[in-house]
Amino acid sequence: MENYDIVIIGGGPAGLAAAASARRNGIEKIVILERDKELGGILNQCIHNGFGLHTFKEELTGPEYAGRFIEQVRELGIEYRLNTMVMEISPQKVVTAMNREEGLFEIQAKAVILAMGCRERPRGALNIPGYRPAGIFSAGTAQRLVNMEGYLPGREVVILGSGDIGLIMARRMTLEGAKVKVVAELMPYSGGLKRNIVQCLDDYGIPLKLSHTVVDIQGKDRLTGVTLAEVDEKGKPVPGTEEFYSCDTLLLSVGLIPENELSGGMGVELNPVTSGPRVNESLETNIEGVFACGNVLHVHDLVDFVSEEAASAGKNAASYIQRTDGSELSERTDTYGEAPGTSTDEKERQGEGISGEKSMAQSGRRNRAVRLTAGDGVRYTVPETICASRMDDRLTVRFRVGNVYKNCYVSVYFDEDRVLRRKRPVAAPGEMEEIALTKEQLMRFPELETITVKIEEE
Amino acid sequence: MEEKKLICINCPMGCMLTVAMEKGMILSIEGNTCRRGETYAGKELTNPTRIVTSTVKVSGGREHMVSVKTKEDIPKDKVMECVRALKNVTVKAPVRIGDVVMEDAAGTGVDIVATKDVGSIEAKKNELFINEAE
Repeated sequence: MENYDIVIIGGGPAGLAAAASARRNGIEKIVILERDKELGGILNQCIHNGFGLHTFKEELTGPEYAGRFIEQVRELGIEYRLNTMVMEISPQKVVTAMNREEGLFEIQAKAVILAMGCRERPRGALNIPGYRPAGIFSAGTAQRLVNMEGYLPGREVVILGSGDIGLIMARRMTLEGAKVKVVAELMPYSGGLKRNIVQCLDDYGIPLKLSHTVVDIQGKDRLTGVTLAEVDEKGKPVPGTEEFYSCDTLLLSVGLIPENELSGGMGVELNPVTSGPRVNESLETNIEGVFACGNVLHVHDLVDFVSEEAASAGKNAASYIQRTDGSELSERTDTYGEAPGTSTDEKERQGEGISGEKSMAQSGRRNRAVRLTAGDGVRYTVPETICASRMDDRLTVRFRVGNVYKNCYVSVYFDEDRVLRRKRPVAAPGEMEEIALTKEQLMRFPELETITVKIEEE
Repeated sequence: MEEKKLICINCPMGCMLTVAMEKGMILSIEGNTCRRGETYAGKELTNPTRIVTSTVKVSGGREHMVSVKTKEDIPKDKVMECVRALKNVTVKAPVRIGDVVMEDAAGTGVDIVATKDVGSIEAKKNELFINEAE
């Protein structure tokens, strides 16, 4: 079996940034395992501009943004294996993978960084009645066909869902000569960024119908049309509002799901709201030495924040290795003293079929962990626990709100005390929010149990 | 005086701008959180421009297509013409990020450049264990 310090699962934006950061923080033996034939992940098909304003202070396209990180990884001499599919990761951090050259092989990792990204919610998850003809694509599949393979999936298009990929594809299909008739959105607000509504729909006169959904799909071999209807507050179609649109193509942009089969298989606990791992301030999961970042952790809107998050996962994985290597040398009786991943702590946890709170509490046995909870109007927070002694001087907490709020306040409570209150003109579920906590702040509250992030209206 | 509402498209914040105008002249711009917003509002109401991104065919490459963009923003009403002009363009691999794929798109004086590296098919080697440090 091969041995590596860090194995990174996935060579997209998260994996690349995590790798570069781990190397810069002193870790030599790193390998990225990527199932596609090239690095860069989904950015390779995101040919539109608007990436990197935050990271590089200039506006790049997806492939250019990926290119910058691929260059860094090459310059740092980080090993990667393409066309390589990871089949399984054991709780002891043995990664089983395969490719055509090596067949099936195993790598013992000291730390694992999960960076598998997410995938699109398919038609099957929506319960749309009607036939199952050709011509129904997820928006990302259509994006790959148009931008990488050079095929146009159809000529007359209806798009269901106003997520960013759907909006971007409305413009892209229009530029390639297709007629995009309408974008329908179930919710009363768009799931995409405001600027994409302006430059992808408004620029081309494509109507956006909020509170509408597809209630029928027609066509036997190829799609011939769909019926849209208005929905009430509960999302139920309102009889009498049906409207038929003839089309040969239906694109679905109805949400992204973190791809956590590998994580689940190794016993990583998932948060049902994000469908991503529960993590602490170091972006470490309930399994020691297993970190997560990017869209596998929670779906992001902006790759810049994926890179930022991944860089801290890489740095934290590096210091985990430096810490455990140190303790292995000095003190074999320490819980880290056994082979990586088989600490007594972990054995206990596996044996118990742990609930979230228990394992989080256990991993903070030596360093007390403060719980971070999503209060009114907030759907989730990443991370979910913070150990003040281990956190950086400044920690970014990312979250999403559950509804559209105007002139609201984002507030942070340390138990009963409000420590932060920031005005937001608009907060919407489609745009991720963040706040920063400082170590100094937490140190001032030694008895702190719970931090609550909530939305307060005027 | 006329008041126009715009959403800035320069970055994902999507600031909501309120522009006061009189006889085609901009009197004031509010709601922007950075200078890009000011520039955008001015342009958007006088000469709106966009960066255009698309793809062109590649011959002899490891991919069929390469992504491209206008090097700078071009007038909005030239967007379709620019994309149509790209329809018949084929570039020969290898292509590097920044290579000019077409000069002077749709008479705007702006070049179209590649946004991705595409290697030529002959240069295809076993990329499985590339580790340039070794």
